[in-house]
Amino acid sequence: MADSGSRTLRIREFPIEENPPKNYLNHERGLMSWLFTLDHKRIGLMYLASIVIAFFLGGMLAVGLRTELWTPAGTFIDADTYNHIFTLHGVIMVFLFIIPSIPAALGNIFLPIMLGAKDVAFPRLNLASFWVYSLGAVFALYSIAHGGVDTGWTFYTPYSTETGSAVISMTLGAFIMGFSSIMTGVNFIATIHKMRSPGMSWGRMPLFLWSLYATSIIQVLATPVLGITLLLLVMERALGIGIFDPALGGDPVLYQHFFWFYSHPAVYIMIVPAFGIISELITTFSRKVIFGYWAIALSSLAIAFIGFLVWGHHMFVSGQSELSSVVFSFLTFFVGIPTGIKVLNWVTTLYRGSISLKTPMLYAMIFLILFTIGGVTGIMLGALSVNVHLHDTYYVVAHFHYVMMGGTVFAFLGGLHYWWPKIFGKMYNEFWAKVSAVILFIAFNVTFLPQFVMGSQGMPRRYFNYIEEFQVMHQISTVGSWMLGVGFIIMAIYLVHSLYKGEKAPSNPWGGRTLEWMTASPPIHHNFEHTPVIIHGPYDHHKPIREFRLGIAGSDNGHGHHTNGDGAHTEEVESGDQTGSR
Amino acid sequence: MANNSGAAEKEAHLAHHFVDSEQQFEASKLGMWVFLVTEILFFGGLFVAYIVYRSWHPDLFEQAAMTLDTTLGAVNTGVLIVSSLTIVLAVRAAQINDQRQQLIMLGSTIALAITFMVVKYFEYASKFEAGMLPAGLYTYEGIEHELAPVFYSIYYMLTGLHGIHVIIGIGLISWLMVNAAKGTYHSGYFTPIEIVALYWHLVDIIWIFLFPLLYLIE
Repeated sequence: MADSGSRTLRIREFPIEENPPKNYLNHERGLMSWLFTLDHKRIGLMYLASIVIAFFLGGMLAVGLRTELWTPAGTFIDADTYNHIFTLHGVIMVFLFIIPSIPAALGNIFLPIMLGAKDVAFPRLNLASFWVYSLGAVFALYSIAHGGVDTGWTFYTPYSTETGSAVISMTLGAFIMGFSSIMTGVNFIATIHKMRSPGMSWGRMPLFLWSLYATSIIQVLATPVLGITLLLLVMERALGIGIFDPALGGDPVLYQHFFWFYSHPAVYIMIVPAFGIISELITTFSRKVIFGYWAIALSSLAIAFIGFLVWGHHMFVSGQSELSSVVFSFLTFFVGIPTGIKVLNWVTTLYRGSISLKTPMLYAMIFLILFTIGGVTGIMLGALSVNVHLHDTYYVVAHFHYVMMGGTVFAFLGGLHYWWPKIFGKMYNEFWAKVSAVILFIAFNVTFLPQFVMGSQGMPRRYFNYIEEFQVMHQISTVGSWMLGVGFIIMAIYLVHSLYKGEKAPSNPWGGRTLEWMTASPPIHHNFEHTPVIIHGPYDHHKPIREFRLGIAGSDNGHGHHTNGDGAHTEEVESGDQTGSR
Repeated sequence: MANNSGAAEKEAHLAHHFVDSEQQFEASKLGMWVFLVTEILFFGGLFVAYIVYRSWHPDLFEQAAMTLDTTLGAVNTGVLIVSSLTIVLAVRAAQINDQRQQLIMLGSTIALAITFMVVKYFEYASKFEAGMLPAGLYTYEGIEHELAPVFYSIYYMLTGLHGIHVIIGIGLISWLMVNAAKGTYHSGYFTPIEIVALYWHLVDIIWIFLFPLLYLIE
C-alpha cells in the first residue's frame, strides 16, 4: 500500500524498545496537553478515569440501597430518597459507566493499536465524544443537585411526565451522552474499515475488534432512536405534546416500545465488548489458537442483529397484543444461540491448552460461570408464562446483575488487568489481585443469588418495604454488597500502589500474539516505530514471535524518522491481496 | 492537526495518521454515510409515531392535512431539490478547480436554504395565528377530532427537527464558502464539500418524504 507500484513490500523485523523513556504518557506535559489531546490513548485514559469515578458513585449508591434494605421498614432513609437513589444508581451505572466502559475506555486505547494504525479515523471527533460525554455528566449532576429523579432509569410515562423531580435535565443528559456514544460508534466503524495496516485482513482481526465492530453497529443504529424518544419525552414535559401522555390522548406503551427499541440493543452494547475481551484472555492464557474464530466473530454480528428484534419482551405485561408477545418471546430465545456458540467455543479453546491462571484468566473463568447463570436465567425470563410470574421481581434484578456485573464488569476487570501493564507500563501485585478477584466472586454471589430466590418467591423490585419473611435473604444480600465494597477497595489499593511502586512491565508480559504486545509498554505516541505488517492470525501461538514483529522497511512508510535497527532481519513478501488496508 | 510524523513533504490537508489522501477521503466519506444512517433512525422514531397515530386515526390525518398549505409545501420541495443540484455542482466545481463556480454554487445553495426557511416561517406564522399549536397550547377549533392537537405535535416535531437540520446545513455551507474563498478546495482535496453535500442530500430527502406524508396523502 505504501508502495502501490510494485507488488512486493520490503519488510523487516523491528526490535521492541523496552520501557521507552518517552511514551504517550509523558511526551507532552500539562493539563491542557491532556484535555485537548487528539491521541486515542490519552482520550481512552480520560474515559477510563471518568468511568471509574462513575462506578464509584454508582457503587456507593448501591451500598446505600442495600443497607437501607437491612430491615423491612425504614432503616436510615425515607421512601422518597430511596426512589431517588435507585434511579440514580441505574442512570449512573447505565449511561455513565457501563455503556462507555469497555468501548470508549479500553476500546479507544487498543482499537487503533490492534489494527496497526496510528490513531482512530477521526481523532477530533473522538475528543468531541469525550467532551460531549462530560457535558452529559454535568447535566446529570445538575439534576441531582436540583431535586434528583425518582422515575427509575427507564423514565416510563406517564409517571415521568407527572413527577415533580428533575426529569428534563436528566433525560437531556442521557440524550447528550447518546451523541457521545454515536460518535464513538461512527469513529470505530470507519477506523476498522479504512485504517487497517498491511496484511490485517478481516480474518486476522483480533476478536476484541470484531466485538467492538458489532457494538459500534448497535450504537449507531439504536442510539438515535433513544435520542428522539428522550427528546419527545422532554417536549412532552415542557409543552405537553400528547404523544406519550395518556391524559392528552397519547400512548404510554408507545413510549415503552420506543424506549426498549434502544435499550434492549443497548444491553448488547454493554455485553458484546465483554465477549471480545474474554476471547482475548482465554486464548492468550491457554497458549492456543482460539477454537472457532469465525463462529465467535460472526456470532457477535448475529447478536447485534437479533438484538434488534426482541425489545417487546420487556412489555409482556404492559398490554401489548398476545400475538406480539408470543413472537417476541420466540425471537428472544434466538439470542441464546449465538451466545451459546461463544461460550462453547471458549470452553473448547481451554481444552488441552496450557492454561496459566493469572489474574486476567481468573476473571475470564469467573465470567464464564456468572455470565452463564445470567444468560440461562435470561432465557427463562424470555419464556412468556414464566415471565408473567417473575416480571418486575428481584429475579429480574438478579438476572441483569449477573449479566451486566457478573458478565460485563468482570470482563472489564479482566481486560483492565490484562492491559494494565500495557497502559501504564507497570505490573500490579499478582497475589493481591487474585485475593481481590476471589473476594469479588464470592461477594457477588452472596449479594445476588438470594435475589433469585426472593424474586421467585414474589419480592417485587424497586420496593422500599418488604414483608418480614424476606428479611434474612435481604440481609445476606446486603452483607454481600459490603463484601463487594471491600473487594473493590483492595483492588483500588494495589492498582494505585502499582502505579508508584510497581515493577516495570515488559512489552509482552503474557506472551500475547496480537499487535498491542508488539509495541512498547507504555506505547509511544504514534503506537509503532514502523507500519506493522501482519502475516499470521492473531492467535497463532504455535508460530515464532519474531514473525509477529514485522514492519515495512524503508523510509517511505510515513514513519521515516526511524533509523535502521541493529541486527534487523529483512524479508520480502507478496503484497497484492494481502494488503488489507482498504 | 499536528503533523509531527516527520515524513517528508506531506500535503497540507493530510492528517498525520492517514497513509495518503485517498485513505483520508474514503474514511471521511464512510464516516459521513454512517452518520447519515444515524440521522435516518433519528427521524425514524418520529416517522413511526406518525405511522402509529395515522393508522389509529386516519380520519384525523385526512382532515388535518387539509389545513396545511400544499402550494407552499410544493414550492419548498422544489427549492430543496434545486439546492441539491447546486451543491452537487459545487462539488463538481471543486473537482475541476473552478473556484469562482464553487463560490457561486455554494452561495446559491445557501440562498435556496434561506428561501426554504422563509417560506417555512410564513407557514408557521399563519398556523400559530390560527391556534394550531402543539398539543398543550392548541386552541384551533376547525377540526372535529379530540386528538387534533397530537397531529400538530407530530407535524411540528417533524418539520421543526427538519428545519433545525436546514439551519445547521446553512452554517456548514457558510463555513465551506469561507474556506472556498481561501482556495482550500481543489481537485486533490474536496472532502468537506463532498461530505456536506451528502448531508444536504439527506436533508432534502427527508423533506421529500415529509411533504407527501403530511401535505398530500388523503
